[in-house]
Amino acid sequence: MAAAEDPWVRWDWVADHGGDIGAAVVDHVALTLGSLLAGLAVSALLVAAVRRWPRLETPVLAGAGLLYTVPSVALFALLVPWTGLSPTSAVIGLTTYNLLVLVRSIVLGLEAVPGEVEEAARGMGMTPAARLWRVEVPLALPVIAGGLRVAAVTTIGLVTVSALIGQGGLGQLILDGLVRDFRTPLVVGTTLSVVLAMAADGALVAATRLLTPWSAGSGRIRGRPAP
Amino acid sequence: MSFLFEVVRWLTDLAHWRGSDGIPARLAEQAAMSGASVLVACLVAVPVGLVLGHRRKGVALAVNVSNVGRAVPSFALLVLAAEVFGIGAAPAFVALVALAIPPLVTGSCVGVQSVEAEVVEAASGMGMSGRQLLWRVELPVALPQVLGAVRTTTVQVVATASLAAVVAWGGLGRFVIDGLARRDFAMATAGALLVALLAMGTEVLLGGITRRLVPVGVQAGAAGQNASAPTTRQGSRP
Repeated sequence: MAAAEDPWVRWDWVADHGGDIGAAVVDHVALTLGSLLAGLAVSALLVAAVRRWPRLETPVLAGAGLLYTVPSVALFALLVPWTGLSPTSAVIGLTTYNLLVLVRSIVLGLEAVPGEVEEAARGMGMTPAARLWRVEVPLALPVIAGGLRVAAVTTIGLVTVSALIGQGGLGQLILDGLVRDFRTPLVVGTTLSVVLAMAADGALVAATRLLTPWSAGSGRIRGRPAP
Repeated sequence: MSFLFEVVRWLTDLAHWRGSDGIPARLAEQAAMSGASVLVACLVAVPVGLVLGHRRKGVALAVNVSNVGRAVPSFALLVLAAEVFGIGAAPAFVALVALAIPPLVTGSCVGVQSVEAEVVEAASGMGMSGRQLLWRVELPVALPQVLGAVRTTTVQVVATASLAAVVAWGGLGRFVIDGLARRDFAMATAGALLVALLAMGTEVLLGGITRRLVPVGVQAGAAGQNASAPTTRQGSRP
């Protein structure tokens, strides 16, 4: 396919296109952040609904699981007739994929809060809202952060697919490499996407350690001992 | 409304159900490619994972490798494979196998490793050899997890196979990629619906097979276990 003399990286091209590469990184980060924040907001609402009406848990998880099964290229294509070849389509699609892992980790995290702790908080006269925000959420944070790490790494990889609907951040460079049969943008786009994913993962681990100094920040569930 | 009508018209046009670029042919292509990739990946990955889990060695390494694997976009993997192997079926196959191996190694390795120590001790106390222990105790008990990994990986491979149209391979993704490229959104939507149905169908089918394959005794024991353990459904979505 590629001519024998096309090296994997032509540094002169990288040097000449620093601006384009930077713009692709910015787009990539913006799409990722947008869909992670939207995913967190929607998941929080869904979990609130599930806590209020426990019967909803099965349909909510099943629905999120169903959406998670739809291949990304199909989901983006299904959105295009309604929201166009736009960042909106990309963010809606990416948000959809975050729901399953985020809802599940928030539910698991809150469920793992020991019953004695909740009783103690109630005994201290805390209101339900205070119990949620000052006791349960902080204790659930390592588990929620574990879900967020998976969501972030997955989203950063998936953003590249949205190049097919004209978005894509670093995916544009990858697609460009394919279309023009030129390896450098392909290698640059792939490498930076992997670096972004690992950086996001590392940043979330560090943030969790800072926010939950009492735990090892391992993201593991330390719930009640098995009966 | 008229757009949905166009999609329905595309799907019900008999011309789209005939020939080598018709829906049945594309579906068969995608099923064959996904099946072959998963099969080869299983033959490589599951034995490695089982042995690693049995020896209680390299589990952390396997988990880390699979985490790094998740960071590599499957879209990039496909395009990279096309650079090395040319366009067509070869890069699609190589990329799909490469994508499937890490989660399968991790799934089978973690599955075997998480068999309770008491069970393993009881079996070796009965005088079982390492090989007997793996085949007759660890593998059956770990089966729900191993098959779970096979299921999620297969769904992921089917999904990525829909993306392989970008490297000039076939499959149902052709309709989506061509539809998007030609701004024929009725065709892209129809193709996307078919791709989504195929992925969901795969999930349901493999879920059914898993339930039949897992021994009843293990199922009962695993039900409580799985409720607390986060499932392995966290592959990199293509």
